[in-house]
Amino acid sequence: MVTAHLATLAAKFFPMEPGLQAYLSVAGIIFAIGFAGVLLHKNTLVIYMCLELMLTASTLALVAFSRFYGAMDGALFVFFIITVAAAEVAVGLAIIVALYRRRHTVLVNELNHLKH
Amino acid sequence: MPAFLFYFFSLLTIVSALFVVINRDAVNSAMCMVVSLAGVGALFFLLRAPFLGVLQIIVYAGAVMVLFLFIIMLLDTPARHRLGISEINLVFVCGVLVALIGGALWLSHQYPTVGDPPQVDALPSDQAPMAYASASKAFGYGLLTRYMLPFQVAGFLLLIAMVGIIVLSKRPPSDGDSPPGDPRR
Repeated sequence: MVTAHLATLAAKFFPMEPGLQAYLSVAGIIFAIGFAGVLLHKNTLVIYMCLELMLTASTLALVAFSRFYGAMDGALFVFFIITVAAAEVAVGLAIIVALYRRRHTVLVNELNHLKH
Repeated sequence: MPAFLFYFFSLLTIVSALFVVINRDAVNSAMCMVVSLAGVGALFFLLRAPFLGVLQIIVYAGAVMVLFLFIIMLLDTPARHRLGISEINLVFVCGVLVALIGGALWLSHQYPTVGDPPQVDALPSDQAPMAYASASKAFGYGLLTRYMLPFQVAGFLLLIAMVGIIVLSKRPPSDGDSPPGDPRR
């Protein structure tokens, strides 16, 4: 009884043919890990990397939706998302370098000059 | 076989994403991030979007992460900048992590599964919406017909980003409130 229930649960969460739900689960897990990293870390660069991880998870979900809906448009949008993300990373890292040159720190808990 | 590849690459992606968060050193985090992004690229291949997979590996796992590594090594954060977490924060973050993963799993398994549509490799056409095709030809056709304007705007966006980086990277004005012992001044 219990083993049968476990088998149904396993077949539900680990299907032989990974469908939309499997890809969405992976995207959700990666997004959650990235969010935890944003909350946990103090180094601005690592926080930024975790933000990129969240963005990548969302693009994975978008491609999965596009593929299982059978329309190309979602996959085309991911191209633009990757382009914008590349530009955003470049500008963000330039801002972090400029910040480091002024404040000599990349720790978010030391970058609190607006608070005082 | 696709099922095995899917589980292998999703496990690789998730585990290396976890190591991005767990690692105390930013360089190690960046290395794990490269593996994670390449795993997402492999998942793009399994979703029959090989162009996006190649783009993900070249742009994200290649260019963007090299830029990250360059900046991390340039700024050379001392040991006190490494991950130092209080226990209350850790408990809170673990709660958020469990809630988000549980919510994602619950939401994505709430509805009956969507059947795997047959792969469409028809020649690109002007029908709306465009049929999903794995060929790069269909991708380029879509980019250069219906999404012509966003495509050009993306090009200009890259140009604007480049100009912005040049402006940002110039020396700051010397009226800044940097520490008095700054050797540059």
